[in-house]
Amino acid sequence: MKKPTSRFAGSDSYVATGELTLAVNAAVTLSRPLLVKGEPGTGKTQLAQEVARALDRPLFEWHIKSTSKAQQGLYEYDAVSRLRDSQLGDPKVQDIANYIVPGMLWRAFESNEQAVLLIDEIDKADIEFPNDLLRELDRMEFYVYETQRLVQARHRPIVFITSNNEKELPDAFLRRCFFHYIRFPDLATMEQIVDVHFPGLKKELLAEALTAFYRIRDVPGLKKKPSTSELLDWLKLLLAEDISPEALRSDDPKVSIPPLYGALLKNEQDVHLFEQLVFLNRRAGRPG
Amino acid sequence: MLIRFFLMLRAAGVPVSITEFLALLEALQARLIAPEKGTLPFSDEEKGSVPFSGVEEFYWLARAVLVKDERHFDRFDQVFAAHFRGIERAFEALMAEIPADWMRKSLELSLSDEDKARIAAMGGWDVLMETLRQRLAEQQGRHQGGNKWIGTGGTSPFGAHGYNPEGVRIGQEGSRNRRAVKVWERREFANLDDSIGLGTRNVKLALRRLRRFARQGAAEQLDLDGTIDSTARRAGLLDIRMIPERHNAVKVLLFLDVGGSMDDHVRICEELFSAARSEFKHLEYFYFHNFVYESVWKDNRRRHAERTRTSEVMRTYGHDYKLVIVGDATMSPYEIVQPGGSIEHWNEEAGAAWMRRLLANYPHHVWLNPEPRDRWEWTASVKITRELFEERMYPLTLAGLDQAMRSLL
Repeated sequence: MKKPTSRFAGSDSYVATGELTLAVNAAVTLSRPLLVKGEPGTGKTQLAQEVARALDRPLFEWHIKSTSKAQQGLYEYDAVSRLRDSQLGDPKVQDIANYIVPGMLWRAFESNEQAVLLIDEIDKADIEFPNDLLRELDRMEFYVYETQRLVQARHRPIVFITSNNEKELPDAFLRRCFFHYIRFPDLATMEQIVDVHFPGLKKELLAEALTAFYRIRDVPGLKKKPSTSELLDWLKLLLAEDISPEALRSDDPKVSIPPLYGALLKNEQDVHLFEQLVFLNRRAGRPG
Repeated sequence: MLIRFFLMLRAAGVPVSITEFLALLEALQARLIAPEKGTLPFSDEEKGSVPFSGVEEFYWLARAVLVKDERHFDRFDQVFAAHFRGIERAFEALMAEIPADWMRKSLELSLSDEDKARIAAMGGWDVLMETLRQRLAEQQGRHQGGNKWIGTGGTSPFGAHGYNPEGVRIGQEGSRNRRAVKVWERREFANLDDSIGLGTRNVKLALRRLRRFARQGAAEQLDLDGTIDSTARRAGLLDIRMIPERHNAVKVLLFLDVGGSMDDHVRICEELFSAARSEFKHLEYFYFHNFVYESVWKDNRRRHAERTRTSEVMRTYGHDYKLVIVGDATMSPYEIVQPGGSIEHWNEEAGAAWMRRLLANYPHHVWLNPEPRDRWEWTASVKITRELFEERMYPLTLAGLDQAMRSLL
């Protein structure tokens, strides 16, 4: 029997498009991991947090670094504490189980209710990392060699995996996942997103800000296009500084570089390129 | 019907496996998608912002389950369009058939053991699919016969939730999704497709062959982590571990052809380049256009302002560097053999002279050519370059890279 809350439909602080909800629900229902890709700043990591919140499940976050090993998600043998304890003559030292530290995967497996597990930025790790997790994600179990114990998931956790495409993931791994690519939101969706984050925002300011934002995104050759999270930061700044919608309007040549654009462009080459383009436009627009 | 769709996807080069196909069937069984809005066993509110139904929902579901890389989205869209064009209406009716049947009997469960037994009793999925296909053929016939799709009122078996011949949904409230052009026909992912067949992962694996671990300095060093670990494991008895000092001693000088005839290959070159950068401790790269002359450059945007003299490159980087040139070697033969042959500037000495100097300076050298090998015979300049390189030209494929790396060591 399914609980009515086992379906995700976005939340009051996260706008999920229809196709994203469908992918999430497919992954939840068939208990397959969901691989989420997309431009940086489109809310990949947030998705897992929001799903956990919406479905009221505990969330376990495993952030991957370039040095992460698959083993660290399962458990680690804390040999150093054992050494220290042995020299202090602590009786604990006899039992090796005292020194097995469970990783995120283990903790998600042991959870009393179905948990949400986020494996964040899996592409940061070594190229073999996903291969080392095949059995664990497939069967949701693994073996602890030190204590000769098989750890099995009480409830198959809902697994979210995010990737920024820095490395290709192996086919065997992909075959076990569902996949969703978060597209950059269109204007209508973006208005919804902004509305969720800044409910009281004035209509004119929003319209002008979004126009300016999409104009910057359309500048060819930007190294890092501004994304949703940068737009939200920028709006926060605009509100804090109490910038008027008029100041954002682009047809006034004096202010055609949007104020506080540092929140949108994160790269001095991009800023430079943008300024040059604005300069050229201004020259072209000058009468005579 | 779905089996044919699956085979078509494979034929189009979307890497779909049977596991994934079964997962899609499982998802259909679990009634993740509904024939019409509001017919799922939960209310519209719970369903949330899923605004579509029928074919479109099936499209999103199938894509999430079957396609694992946004590069393949475009190919998937094309196959989907080809396969479901014209039969959408029938497809919707088909989708309406299955869950309606299931819902009458097992509304409260997503899929019970009974259901599974029932499907088995019907002869399993294949038979079920076969029945559906027959039904589908009938439907198509009917549509072709009379074009009276709209306005047939209650007599139509399809209800109001269909597409009219222009593909516009009728009988439902306004759509957010501009359905007149279907999602898969918009082909928004066309620019993400790459049919180059050589992904970063492949290149990386091949380039690993270049890693030659050489011992330099002390043969062994104290493995601090290993010592602590193994001492602790032995509950405090000191156990010193040594490991041979290893580091990557391979140095690479990479020359990349940009512009002109190479524009098609720029992307694959950059992929190779980005893979290479993380693989070597010493990697120097330079760009050139068509052929190497007296100067090369490092920054493509300032190629005319900031150039490095080729002789300076040879002075700076020692003989132990391995020279890898990536280019299609497709140009006029004059650009190689004649002084002044360069299309961009007046070169005092022929490109071939500069190339000979480079090759003499770097005894380990290869040329990687992104053009397929069978086209090499047709171009005179490729032939000249191959002679210069004493046949050490390899295609930019996994096999070619393998051979190239082997000949470099």
